[in-house]
Amino acid sequence: MADLAWKSQGRTRRSTRTVRVAVSTVSTVTVAAVALAVLLVPPLVQLDQQAVDLSMKLRPPSLAHPFGTDDVGRDLLLRCVYGLRVSLLVGLVAALAATVIGTVVGAAAAVSGGWTDRALMRLVDTFSSVPHLLLGIFVVAMFRPGVWPVIVSVALTHWLSTARIVRSEVLSLRSRPYIDAAISGGATRWRVAARHLLPGVLPQAGLAAVLMVPHAMWHESALSFLGLGLPTHQASLGNLVQSARGSLLAGDWWPTLFPGLFLIIPTLAVAGLAGAWRERLNPRRRSELML
Amino acid sequence: MLELRDITAGYDRREPVVRGASLTVAPGEAVGLLGPSGCGKSTLAKVAALLHRPAAGQVVIDGEPVNGWRHAAPRTLRTAVGVVFQQPRLSADPRLRLRELIAEPLRAVGRSRAEAAARALETAEAVGLTGELLGRRPHEVSDGQLQRACLARALVLRPSWLVCDEMTAMLDASTTAALVNVVEDYRREHRAGLLAVGHDRVLLDRWCDRTVEWSRIAQA
Repeated sequence: MADLAWKSQGRTRRSTRTVRVAVSTVSTVTVAAVALAVLLVPPLVQLDQQAVDLSMKLRPPSLAHPFGTDDVGRDLLLRCVYGLRVSLLVGLVAALAATVIGTVVGAAAAVSGGWTDRALMRLVDTFSSVPHLLLGIFVVAMFRPGVWPVIVSVALTHWLSTARIVRSEVLSLRSRPYIDAAISGGATRWRVAARHLLPGVLPQAGLAAVLMVPHAMWHESALSFLGLGLPTHQASLGNLVQSARGSLLAGDWWPTLFPGLFLIIPTLAVAGLAGAWRERLNPRRRSELML
Repeated sequence: MLELRDITAGYDRREPVVRGASLTVAPGEAVGLLGPSGCGKSTLAKVAALLHRPAAGQVVIDGEPVNGWRHAAPRTLRTAVGVVFQQPRLSADPRLRLRELIAEPLRAVGRSRAEAAARALETAEAVGLTGELLGRRPHEVSDGQLQRACLARALVLRPSWLVCDEMTAMLDASTTAALVNVVEDYRREHRAGLLAVGHDRVLLDRWCDRTVEWSRIAQA
């Protein structure tokens, strides 16, 4: 009986592990492919993504145009790659900025405590109480359409959760006896922060940042879809979906489907990678994985 | 002299856990403090190591009253009192290798990397840690080995006083004996004072010059 129980447990473990390895492999390959595509295609492929050919408008996928063409005859595969490039750039920069703001605010709140802590966290609550897409729309509405307003808008609305995570993590680390031991060993406030607190918090903040990249891409798309994000001539995944809206009703599915997939697939891949990373976060688990 | 005068201490605004505790440790003297768990002896140990601000009372080191606590305590005073806690797992930063863990106080007071490494190695050897063990991280060694590293970290700055808060509570008999011997060798060599806090009367009686009961030095 005990033997049987042990066996079945062993099998589940092995199969979940296989799934985990498969997910992380597929995610890694996808993310690598996305990175290669956005980095290499524009310099290597000497085709103009803006090239209009009205004789070729709204052609379904074919060998010459694997993703088909849009309503003014531009090649959709090329438009998607350029769109992904812009969306990814916005996502990366916005996520990085949001993480830096969140980490600084969260750490400052935890370390200073008292009134500063309370004031900062109430600020976070206030921001969180407004739907963040709405807040983001307010920000972009103040500027001319472009890449930077979108980045600012996404960064300013997405540092809140990181600030909460970092604050609670710092608070929990700060009460550990090894911090007492460091203080007793002559460490200054700065040394404790730099040597013990920050390295403890960074993996969490990094994970939050990675998970935020696809989220920020979706925000860019949402803003562009609403006509508030990037200028319409600039290919971004949101703009592509937006301009394809009309043709979808006429039965032309490809201008909507492919940009949509370009948005969904990297998102899933990043989520898969982040899951694998979370597994490796704690040092104990890391050495088990090495064995 | 390390003097604790009429210390009252607690946490936040709750009832104080230590009331009117007084205790003196002379240079070179080993004092055992014996008490049941939960009586407040760990809190008093943290006060003695300048890691916890008492609500009332005074800590006087070599005739100099202490006014700041934790980071606000002058570094020379803080490092004059070494401290070892009960649980090695919680007292060691999980990211540091034992070698770095032991060298950390030397780096914190501004010694060069090379000097810190050399002295850390020397101290590690004194507590019985050598070779490949020093390259491991806390979760890759046993409780006993980790506690040896924590003791080395406390001794590496050559403090004049050592506070051991239940240092051997998690350890087996032979490791306990080994660590007590390390502390005794250090004490003899540097004429350092020791405050050993614990609940094991047999151990403290054999280890220390005198053992005091918690009920004798503090109010109930």
